Amino acid sequence: MVRLQSPAELEELRKHMLAKRDTKKPCITICSGTGCRAYASEKVSTAFEEEIKKQGLDNTIDIKTTGCHGFCEKGPLVVILPGEICYVQVKPTDVAQIISQTIGESKILDQLLYTDPVTGEKAVHESEIPFYKNQTRLVFGNNSKIDPTNIDDYIVLGGYSALSKALFEMTPEEIIAEVKDSGLRGRGGGGFPTGRKWEECRHAPGDIKYVIVNADEGDPGAYMDRSLLEGNPHSVLEGLIIGAYTIGSHVGYIYVREEYPLAVENVFIALSQAEKYGFLGTDILGSGFDFSIKVHRGAGAFVSGESSALMTALEGRVGEPRPKYIHTVISGIWDKPSTLNNVETWANVPLIINKGAAWYASIGTEGSKGTKIFSLVGKVNNTGLVEVPMGTSLRDIIYTIGGGIPKGKKFKAVQTGGPSGGCIPESLIDSPVDFEELSALGSMMGSGGMIVMDEDTCMVDTARYFLDFLSDESCGKCTPCREGIDQMLAILTNITEGKGQDGDIELLEEIAEVTKNASLCALGQTAANPVLSTLRYFRDEYEAHILEKRCPAGVCKALISYYIQPDKCQACLICYRNCPVGAITGAKKQIHVIDQNTCIKCGICFDVCPQRFSAVEKISGRPVPPPLPLEARVIKKKKSKGKK
Amino acid sequence: MVSQVDPAAIDRIIDKYQSEEGILIQVLLDVQHEYNWLPEEALKRISERLEIPFSQVYRVASFYKAMSLTPRGKHLVRVCLGTACHVRGAPRILDKVERAINIKAGETTQDMKFSLERVNCLGCCALGPVMVIDGEAYGNLVPAKVEEILNKYD
Repeated sequence: MVRLQSPAELEELRKHMLAKRDTKKPCITICSGTGCRAYASEKVSTAFEEEIKKQGLDNTIDIKTTGCHGFCEKGPLVVILPGEICYVQVKPTDVAQIISQTIGESKILDQLLYTDPVTGEKAVHESEIPFYKNQTRLVFGNNSKIDPTNIDDYIVLGGYSALSKALFEMTPEEIIAEVKDSGLRGRGGGGFPTGRKWEECRHAPGDIKYVIVNADEGDPGAYMDRSLLEGNPHSVLEGLIIGAYTIGSHVGYIYVREEYPLAVENVFIALSQAEKYGFLGTDILGSGFDFSIKVHRGAGAFVSGESSALMTALEGRVGEPRPKYIHTVISGIWDKPSTLNNVETWANVPLIINKGAAWYASIGTEGSKGTKIFSLVGKVNNTGLVEVPMGTSLRDIIYTIGGGIPKGKKFKAVQTGGPSGGCIPESLIDSPVDFEELSALGSMMGSGGMIVMDEDTCMVDTARYFLDFLSDESCGKCTPCREGIDQMLAILTNITEGKGQDGDIELLEEIAEVTKNASLCALGQTAANPVLSTLRYFRDEYEAHILEKRCPAGVCKALISYYIQPDKCQACLICYRNCPVGAITGAKKQIHVIDQNTCIKCGICFDVCPQRFSAVEKISGRPVPPPLPLEARVIKKKKSKGKK
Repeated sequence: MVSQVDPAAIDRIIDKYQSEEGILIQVLLDVQHEYNWLPEEALKRISERLEIPFSQVYRVASFYKAMSLTPRGKHLVRVCLGTACHVRGAPRILDKVERAINIKAGETTQDMKFSLERVNCLGCCALGPVMVIDGEAYGNLVPAKVEEILNKYD
């Protein structure tokens, strides 16, 4: 690689690369994001490599391992170019057939295509699958086309042209104006206007300034930042370098969670390649601008994702927040002006520079522009990463793209915004998703986690879950957060354990109010959201727990009992054998009975009872019927198979 | 406990950073990787070399989740309790693992075979509930499958 000295050299290089690429040559792309890797996609890529070698096709077929394609539900995903044929759930044993038939004879393998569970139709191309068809993938789209360890892939797709434009055709003021006009707001949770942040930092006094990528994605259930950083790291770097030039910073940091080893690895590779081409280091592209980036691995603390805490952690100290009487854009890391943006925010910047503010602002709603990537997870058919314009309705995301709720269950709520967010009930499912709307509903955008819950999810337990998480993650520095969360957690735990009392709900509301108003940082200020939003929409569930000692969803262990329905039990002995504590009595042709005193409510009997019997039932809020006398437990012949 | 800390090895880790500022957390993470925990002697050496009071080094080491002040077992079992896994029944998986190896989350078995951790989201939500042992992911778990998986490790 040669260091590029001018925009013209970059364009020359790009032209040269494009000319060299044979677009007709078959290329097998294999998704190697974390989700697909967990489905053993690496074994699939090894199988392809070996098969190609075995058949001596090294020169006729290319293989590319790419970042996350987003449709994690159906991994490992394989797309064959140039026809863009998409195969889902590919196994190493499918590899030989793909090479001989799909590549050799242009034959499509029906059994590997995506089948629409509703219509039964098969989709040959990614673009025909409803999950992809209804998305607008501006930021995330290139993930499936790029090998993240090869900068050339990014350059071929127009990479670093925004940087070149920014450095040579725009002044910092013009860039700020462009970003402001685009309406881009922070994707990490706060939604602060990015252009304004940059402007304040640029005008802050001092010669030394910093830019920071926040990749400490701590929200459980959100993994878009990880997938972007793993799959298209240069888009983030390019945004960061443009930001640094705009603000006047010469050193940047990427704060990335240590739990994301692949992201760390790919970022290091991307940095060294970008430096070799001269997108980083001194005199970038011959512009005279110098900038370098350091990587800091976060050591696992949710609160360190808060901007001031993150900066403290970058200084090598305990990552706790501080009061922000002075904004971090004035006094951040090492007390110098610092601009921190989330991964996704930075990745939006090259798009805005390339295509212009007007184009960007034409997407989305009045107050929220552009697209947002959501991680659609939980009780939904098509789990994965979804990028849609701001303002898309929850229904479109969950049903049109997500394919609805599995196993014919009923949708109950969707939780957005991570532990600081809230639960939105079915009655509001047509709400458009943007910053304002979600706040108005008592939730928030957060980093874009979207956890779908069905009728089997207990909302009190959900609130307790989040408070448990937050109690663990609160740094303890300020009292309202530390104590407020703990007290709310204690009350919620009591309620889920059947020890709830009259007045608990009111007390929860009171503590929530104080925690919200008096906490130091956003963690505490929003900690009550899970409680308040579930109280707002699911108060009846709280009341059922407190007054009737009943968990309507059948989740809270202390409030449920497992019971074998005598008329359904076929005495198959499966639950009897699987019970870890020997609480089940029974024999062949003898109806099984659970001894309620020995039962630990692990639910294994419920799981293992064959679906055609479904004899095990969860009982809540009413007493368990007494066991039948021994003589009545004999199953008489032929009575079995059926219902009367 | 095996805690033969070679001060020279610690020095090598520190020297990688060429006296940059704010490297304490990075050094601790590297030492954690090297030993699988943070032995006291290692913390003392770091404190001397970086000229940071031992109390501060200890505070950082005890604050972050990725750092362990006690030796870890041979196999690290991580049960994901992220929200997506939680709604798909992760608490029951954790319960089952705890009973199967007879320790609570955050503990290590006496024979040093397993350490058990609960983690908040591993980013493979499509597989939930998920358990990861030494980097190998087991997805779409039900409690009845747990024991069989654990038995594979010795």
